[in-house]
Amino acid sequence: MSRSFEGTDRYIATPELATAVNAAVVLGRPLLIKGEPGTGKTLLAAEIARSLDKPLFEWHVKSTTKAQQGLYEYDAVSRLRDSQLGDARVKDIRNYIVKGDLWEAFESDVQPVLLIDEIDKADIEFPNDLLRELDRMEFYVYETRETVRAKHRPVIVITSNNEKELPDAFLRRCFFHYIRFPDEPTMTRIVDVHFPGLKRDLVAEALRTFFRLREAPGLKKKPTTSELLDWIKLLVAEDVAPEALRGDDARSLLPPLYGALLKNEQDVHLLEQLMFLNRRNAR
Amino acid sequence: MLVKFFFLLREAGVPATIPEFLALLEALRAGLADASAERFYFLARACLVKDERHYDRFDRAFAAHFRGIEGALETLARELPADWIARLEEARLSDEEKARVRALGGWEALMRALRERLEEQKSRHQGGSKWIGTAGTSPFGAYGYNPEGVRIGQDASRQRRATKVWDRREFANLDGDVELGTRNMKLALRRLRRFARHGAADELALGATIDATARSGGWLDVKMVPQRRNVVKVLLLLDVGGSMDDHVRISAELFSAARAEFKHLEQYYFHNYPYERLWRDNRRRSDRGIDTFELLRTYARDYRLVIVGDATMSPYEITETGGSVEHWNAEPGETWLRRLLQAYPRHAWINPQPEEFWAGNRSIGMTRDLLEGRMYPLTLSGLDRAIGELG
Repeated sequence: MSRSFEGTDRYIATPELATAVNAAVVLGRPLLIKGEPGTGKTLLAAEIARSLDKPLFEWHVKSTTKAQQGLYEYDAVSRLRDSQLGDARVKDIRNYIVKGDLWEAFESDVQPVLLIDEIDKADIEFPNDLLRELDRMEFYVYETRETVRAKHRPVIVITSNNEKELPDAFLRRCFFHYIRFPDEPTMTRIVDVHFPGLKRDLVAEALRTFFRLREAPGLKKKPTTSELLDWIKLLVAEDVAPEALRGDDARSLLPPLYGALLKNEQDVHLLEQLMFLNRRNAR
Repeated sequence: MLVKFFFLLREAGVPATIPEFLALLEALRAGLADASAERFYFLARACLVKDERHYDRFDRAFAAHFRGIEGALETLARELPADWIARLEEARLSDEEKARVRALGGWEALMRALRERLEEQKSRHQGGSKWIGTAGTSPFGAYGYNPEGVRIGQDASRQRRATKVWDRREFANLDGDVELGTRNMKLALRRLRRFARHGAADELALGATIDATARSGGWLDVKMVPQRRNVVKVLLLLDVGGSMDDHVRISAELFSAARAEFKHLEQYYFHNYPYERLWRDNRRRSDRGIDTFELLRTYARDYRLVIVGDATMSPYEITETGGSVEHWNAEPGETWLRRLLQAYPRHAWINPQPEEFWAGNRSIGMTRDLLEGRMYPLTLSGLDRAIGELG
């Protein structure tokens, strides 16, 4: 084993995540990552690339994305147009083949990292259409009758938000890791990495408020790691004192600058209600 | 040794396959586990488990195999959820019933009796640790159930009910992974797919292109149309727990078939009858769930409403305020069902009870009347009829 992934100075990886990443790197199989929103699924690929010093290719999947678009697209329409205009380029079909992200990654001279982001957004058939490509790391270009093979098996990281079930045949070919929501010690490390030298008591208070907020019953959207980081950024910018966060235990459920943490008015409303109840009970 | 572990996993309901197992061995040979038990655990999990819903099963199987505790599966499957007792007490029993329980020696004695009964029932049904081992995967008991005994009344019905719930971890979510027997249901459900042009224009409209090109005197004028997509949206309400237990397996199959079939499939759980709250995640039924009014506001009229439930209960649960077995409902179940049906004009109720039982059951009859006959059995032909109604 040459080098292994242990997280970076910007990204805290739990040992379980690091193990899964290293297995995927060593065996050259895709790694499927699921987990709550905001737990750093998409970021992972970039950080692997950075820490292992490899180029990164990103393929962001949308609901209209086809598997073929990751390989290549044949632009028949411009070729037709060019032929009507008598352009010399028309003679060579290669001029009209547009390489996709997968092809680009296959051509890389050093082993690259390829991110296939939000694979569940695409059609149900999408993962099935990539089986052979991910397995053999090669595909066939019908128009030019050539086979494109990966120079180096890329490290493939695939993220999913569970909007659709992925087919079994696809899952069989991947390693899988579910990123759990970080616990308090891990979260402290994550905050440390993002805001080094921050006042300890502010971080401690912010984290306590954050986890208490996550535990409030019935929230539509629980605040995530990335929202916590935004919030802390705001707290620092506004120079909020840790005491302002502390308040008196449950009575101060609505924290300062809560807009960074709560993203819809029902949740804010719900918290206000809870706060009101707490105050009444405390009386 | 690992082969044994592999089979234990499969027995515990983790659908690991041979290539995945080989991948694990390959990873071990590559030295990825580093002789650390923890690393090995993470590695094995990444290789063999492809769904976080199976993490729990994997953990139990792993513990059972590597700690050398043969019976770990058994103890875990039998752990009595503590909050269940509390809920049972507050929700299902009237004051006099509580008094009767106390007279019997209190909850502990009752639970001890239940435990014995459970033991008995297990050995009589299948026996051996295999059955217990699979308890985690298929939480579907097939015990007889008397629909009239919703409230805990006679001794026999009380014990039977309690045993069942304890045995199968009531709040286990319906797994979407029951594949067997879903193929033909898939075929039926596929008929629900309706295609419409939708989204970005990325498909060549051949006719329009030829036409436009001819009109512009041979200069190519490409016309595109959006792709055809499945536009059927389904709102699925599933009955879990209670009198539905006997049918959970069969409706879980329907559920797993449905999952792959639609672009928008929203699914919620209810217990016995839909009231003012529905639950997204069955495991957290103690959670607040979602306000049914909110559900009505959230999903537009073009959603097809499919309710899966046996509608087998005490008639009070439909007609009376406070008739629910679980909580105090301010409005009767029929009011809520009417609201749902009104909000979603295209609806069907799929009833896993065999059709021949319907006539003799009052609550089914009442529900059918509310639905104006749009209740269908969970069979191929029943689904076909339901889909005809929905489409």
